[in-house]
Amino acid sequence: MAEELIQEEEVQEKDNWSGGKSPFKASYGKIMMWYFLLSDAFTFAGLLIAYGALRFSTPSWPVPDFVFSTAPFGISGAPLIFVTIMSFVLIISSGTMVRAVQEGHRENKNGIVFWLLMTILGGAAFLGCQAWEWNNLISEEHMTLYTNPFGTHTEDGVYLEGDGHHVEAGDEFHAGESYLIHKHDGEWHPLKYQTESGAQKEQQFGPKAFGALFFFITGFHGFHVFSGVVFLFIIMLNVASGIYVKRKNGYEMVEKVGLYWHFVDLVWVFVFLVFYLL
Amino acid sequence: MEMSREEGIKKVTKGLFILGAVTLAEVFISLLGKGHIIPGLEQYSFLFIITGLAMVILSLYKAYFIVYEFMHLRYEVKGLALTVLLPTVLLIWGLIAFLWEGNTWGDRREEVQYEIPYEVDEELKDEVGVPMDEMSNDEE
Repeated sequence: MAEELIQEEEVQEKDNWSGGKSPFKASYGKIMMWYFLLSDAFTFAGLLIAYGALRFSTPSWPVPDFVFSTAPFGISGAPLIFVTIMSFVLIISSGTMVRAVQEGHRENKNGIVFWLLMTILGGAAFLGCQAWEWNNLISEEHMTLYTNPFGTHTEDGVYLEGDGHHVEAGDEFHAGESYLIHKHDGEWHPLKYQTESGAQKEQQFGPKAFGALFFFITGFHGFHVFSGVVFLFIIMLNVASGIYVKRKNGYEMVEKVGLYWHFVDLVWVFVFLVFYLL
Repeated sequence: MEMSREEGIKKVTKGLFILGAVTLAEVFISLLGKGHIIPGLEQYSFLFIITGLAMVILSLYKAYFIVYEFMHLRYEVKGLALTVLLPTVLLIWGLIAFLWEGNTWGDRREEVQYEIPYEVDEELKDEVGVPMDEMSNDEE
């Protein structure tokens, strides 16, 4: 009896590949969503690896915990705190998405709409945080695609003049420390300093590629979040209208948009690692 | 995979707790390596490698958790999971190759900046031709 069952299973396994049904026991749409996400993962990996290659190719690179040390309400000198909050917003929105998919399996229409709405709010909050971060970098710190005012000292030394904010004449610094060149009334004010060997130098701009990489990679991720919010909104309206009830497939559309949303969170894990943590 | 409301909430809370705790651990390690928690630590370059490695491993764990639990890959047929996961192995090659390449760019940066402008021997000029930049000058 047991042997017969095993044989039957083997026959079924073969039949799976003879056409007419999915050998992966998943719908066409879901499998294709997986493969789309795989290709998208390669796009992001390419961008992040390009960041790594360029970072390895320059003697100095802006230290992320110095670049990203400001937060709303005038907070400064708080390294990585704001991006950590952004990460938590995205992680929580991933959790609410899981809840929406679970309610979908239970065919609970109101539950799905509620949790999708929570996810949309999470995504919108993340986009708001990113807008603040970009605005701060562009209008306060004057970083552009081609100009990177964040530099790093390559040797020890002492400042010969102050900037009136954080640096005063006579302040010492060590190799590896970062600085921000200030801009007043449209003019750059790089500070003069003296190195240990006695040479007098001026603060240099950081590697150009940093600005372009930052705006392109976080922008590309932000664009994914934005499209995700739009998709979630459409699916939420469809769920509310009752269009998926007749399909009786456990709201598979919610599951598919959920895959996309979790992928956005997954990409952020690596953007967070490469741009902010390392 | 249908589960009751309570089971679902419990699962999501557990997942959020794991991801949140790992993220906090990562930020702590990053700040430790950069000398924000114990000043002076940032001067040891070997610490940068250790903390970097620790953060990469923790991030990979987060990725594994999101893909396997939140995206339900654990509950899919093995074949589907393999067709998604195996191609990503190529990225290991990409990572090593391009970081290696970037390192070489860095090593050769000095050479490129102080490259000696090449000159063509007057006697050989007819045979090898005129350098491109001189040609454009003549036209002007």
